[in-house]
Amino acid sequence: MSEQTKETKVIEDIGIDAGLEQLTEEQIEKTIMSVINAEGGTRLEAYTKTCVHCGLCSEACHYYHSHDKDPQYAPVGKVRNTMWNFLTKKGKISKEELKRAVLIAHTECNLCRRCVQYCPFGVDTAYIIALVRRIVHKLGITPQYIQDTAHSHAATFNQMWLKDDEWVDTLFWQEDEARDEIPSMRIPLEKEGADFMYSVIAPEPKFRTQLIYQAAVIFNECGLDWTMPSTTGWDNSDMCMFTGDFEMMGRLKRDHYECAQRLKVKKVVMGECGHAYRSIYDQGNRWVGWRDMPVPVIHSIQFFWELLKAGKIKVAKTIDKLATFHDPCNTVRGMGLHEMGREVAKAFYPNFVEMQPNREHNYCCAAGGGVINCGPPHKMTRVLGNRVKAEQLKATGAEVLIAPCHNCHGGLEDIIHHYKLDMEIRFLGDIIYECMEKPNAV
Amino acid sequence: MQPATAWDWSPGRRVVLDDVKKCSREYEWLEEYVASPDGESLAVPANFGEEGASMVVNGEPWENIYERVWYPRYSPDGRLTALAADMGEWTMCVDDTAWENTYGFLLNTRFSATGDVIAAPVQKDGEYGWVVDDAIWETTYEFANQFAMAADGSATAAVVQNVSFGQADIFTYKKGCYSVAVNGESWGTNFINCYSPAFDAAGKSVAATVRTSLYDYTIVVDGKPWAKTWPCAWEPVFNPATGDVCAAVRMAGRWGMALNGELIWNPTFFQVWQQQFSGDGKHLYAIVSPAYGKWTVAVDGQPWAPTFGSQVTDLVVSPDGAHAAALGADAGAYAVAVDGYVWPGTFAMAWAPVFSADSEHCAAKVERRGGKFTILVDGKPYKENFDQVWDPVFSPEGDKVLIRAIDNGKYCRIVVPVRDF
Amino acid sequence: MHSIYNFATGPLCWAAFIIFIGGLLLKFISMVRRARSSEPYIFGYFSPYFGLRSVIAWLIPFVPRNGKLNPVFTVVTFAFHICLLVAPLFLMAHVMLLQEGVGMHWGTLSDATADVMTVIVLVGLAYFAYRRCTDPTAKYVTGPKEWVLLALVAAPFLTGFLAYHQIFDYQVMVVLHILSGEAMLIAIPFTWLSHMLLFPMVRMYQGSEFGGVRHVKDW
Repeated sequence: MSEQTKETKVIEDIGIDAGLEQLTEEQIEKTIMSVINAEGGTRLEAYTKTCVHCGLCSEACHYYHSHDKDPQYAPVGKVRNTMWNFLTKKGKISKEELKRAVLIAHTECNLCRRCVQYCPFGVDTAYIIALVRRIVHKLGITPQYIQDTAHSHAATFNQMWLKDDEWVDTLFWQEDEARDEIPSMRIPLEKEGADFMYSVIAPEPKFRTQLIYQAAVIFNECGLDWTMPSTTGWDNSDMCMFTGDFEMMGRLKRDHYECAQRLKVKKVVMGECGHAYRSIYDQGNRWVGWRDMPVPVIHSIQFFWELLKAGKIKVAKTIDKLATFHDPCNTVRGMGLHEMGREVAKAFYPNFVEMQPNREHNYCCAAGGGVINCGPPHKMTRVLGNRVKAEQLKATGAEVLIAPCHNCHGGLEDIIHHYKLDMEIRFLGDIIYECMEKPNAV
Repeated sequence: MQPATAWDWSPGRRVVLDDVKKCSREYEWLEEYVASPDGESLAVPANFGEEGASMVVNGEPWENIYERVWYPRYSPDGRLTALAADMGEWTMCVDDTAWENTYGFLLNTRFSATGDVIAAPVQKDGEYGWVVDDAIWETTYEFANQFAMAADGSATAAVVQNVSFGQADIFTYKKGCYSVAVNGESWGTNFINCYSPAFDAAGKSVAATVRTSLYDYTIVVDGKPWAKTWPCAWEPVFNPATGDVCAAVRMAGRWGMALNGELIWNPTFFQVWQQQFSGDGKHLYAIVSPAYGKWTVAVDGQPWAPTFGSQVTDLVVSPDGAHAAALGADAGAYAVAVDGYVWPGTFAMAWAPVFSADSEHCAAKVERRGGKFTILVDGKPYKENFDQVWDPVFSPEGDKVLIRAIDNGKYCRIVVPVRDF
Repeated sequence: MHSIYNFATGPLCWAAFIIFIGGLLLKFISMVRRARSSEPYIFGYFSPYFGLRSVIAWLIPFVPRNGKLNPVFTVVTFAFHICLLVAPLFLMAHVMLLQEGVGMHWGTLSDATADVMTVIVLVGLAYFAYRRCTDPTAKYVTGPKEWVLLALVAAPFLTGFLAYHQIFDYQVMVVLHILSGEAMLIAIPFTWLSHMLLFPMVRMYQGSEFGGVRHVKDW
């Protein structure tokens, strides 16, 4: 038995445990079957009927590798202990099995979709696990912290309980700060008809205000026509997508896109976030009925790359330290931005080494998919579940780890700390801000 | 400002401000220009350097200077408002006169239809509500959002939090902590969430979407919920003639329309929202998606024939209720559609269409590819392109259009007879 | 014995093929119809180019990364599947039967080639069985159903081999061969053996999503 398997036996999460106490066996059975019947659809049938139980998907999963090939952590093993169990027992499952299913779906799978690339048939395990989370949501047994985040989304339209004035006040504050460095600096609020709206996730105004500052400086120094909203819709993040509250996911995406529509911008540029991107181009838009993005959303990786190629970002200095690049699943398996990402990184860190595997085959950070949002009770699940990431990082010998995604940062920080790696983690914006030419700076 | 009948409607071009860039050379920097409804003034927030910031109107600065001035908006009756801050306290400036009181924060100014009422969502001492003509709600709340105002400005409403809960307390939240407050007074009944409060025409009744459990949505009118719930529901709207309430509701993954809790449009759409009644209450318009990835407008449940792949926005119903216009977009090419016909030409951007008072004509501001702007009337573009224009304004008789534009560094008002388009 | 033979090569054979082809056809139609009516996402993003690109990539050995990581499995599974399809379709005895029965015919393999291919199928199955006992994940998700299906696929090849080499009673073997072959055909639409139909379907959908929406390869 691995370190992890012992761990899960004692994990307490009041969101799961208190929810389970209130459920009857009839409710469990009825809810499971009604979600499967009403929402499972053709894909669930195709995926479960196609699977020949070959186990080839196990190669894909960082949890599996980190647990010495314990098959419970193979993608198909997780499906066996969740959806197959639901299907074969027709929803008649015990509370113990259900708790195990919640932990698997919410903390032992990042929905990173790497396994889709390792299954010869293309079975989408992430889809199946997301459907398990939908059932968990309908049963009211979602882990506490991510449920609280979903509540924040529902009440405030952002994930950090920020009030409308706190958001605007933070932007004014960052603008004031930046004017010490660049006197003409503006964060243009509510500028109707600007070329693009810049959207962020709520942890930026709450904890990482320097990211807004840095982005604003970059846009200013590139002479861009941009804006940010003073209404809700500024937060593009979406934990409801990960709790399975798809109705709320749709409401959030509607609010986000309506904000861009109201401001009459031609596109939205979003900060270095992975999951929000997935919500915008892949899941939230579909629930609403937008086949594609109604207003194109450009990820920072791509936007920085475009600015660099257009000569708007000019490299003032490069850094000699050996650097490596972590490809976030939602920008790589989600949008194929891997070459752009490393081109930007290499422009500032010419001394560059690839981690192995890389690009669309990179290992996940184990924080994404809402796992880090499940909070402190589950921290060790993802840290111990990603030993392979630590090994992968260590093998590069790099001093600097560039990761253009907030969740990846959170997860990688914990991994670096736990496995005692000596690495500095950076965002692209952070690097560009430090190393670009700033003609207006004093 | 004079009533619209008294504006200068003589056809032709008049330069109001000869050099709009002049003040950008005088001050540290300028923000975005706003034009008054009658086109006679052009205002811009300007930074005066160390002294602070203020508004500059037709090149003349306001007397009062503040640490920060922003959100300049002309009220429909032509008063220039802006939000201003000094020492961390905010107030509303109306034509260079600040309200007597200051507040922790003011946001997103709103006006009544005629412009006689000026109001804004407010935070004071960490509590939230509305301030209407410098009078704050008697009761304020630890949290409020989704602010609504009656068309005549006689009442205001917002979603408010009635019950406090601690960090990550998901259990209290699930019991219901939110309600709707009207003029500061809460409905009393709490719900898990409340959304999109809306007033009836008289400003007497309020409807809102509520979440009765994490999984059930319904509509509440003046505190009383509909009997049925749905897995999701959007914003409610009152019928101005009958007072009936309708809202889009979701069933088995499709959307329909419910009136007073009963379905009136079958749930066959992939999306239905932003519904609007005609003024006589006889017709119901909405933005719909009749097939996956296709968007259009439906009138009484019947979709227009043309559809757009990316989005349809800015649905506008004519004053007589017989016509509707909306914007549609396919992969970044925006078009204006009126009554199911798409005007010729696509644009880099388009703004909400405007109907004349007699509902005979429709106009819209558009941006051509390359960054120049013009005005379309009944599908035909004005002969010139401009560096900037504001929304077109019809004369009260509907026979002329006022174009407010910046052309070659000059701010002009141009009156064009509709027949010249 | 003769009457069983006649029944197995006559009505039962017809029934087996009708169930096999009809079952897969019905499955295909019902899935497509359900997807069209309730899951617009599937056809909304379907792209023949990206779909086929993905199918083709996965039909070339050692192109997918996972194929490179599992070289033995890749060699065995390609050899197995090719022989599984080719040997029965082009076996001289089968083609002759078909010509007698419905008048259709096509090229045939030499008996020796078919014999080798049959052995490859059986060796492949033996490898799969071995893997199901030794690979931790495969073992974890292998139940009685997996063994029955392996046996069901092995049976017609084993009996065919034995019959051809006249080991044990030829008549009995031939009848067993026919019956087991029919059993396998009948099982296809109702078990994971239906991956012969679902592989291109799921792969094309996934290829469309990865290529067309996510701009990344899925192999």
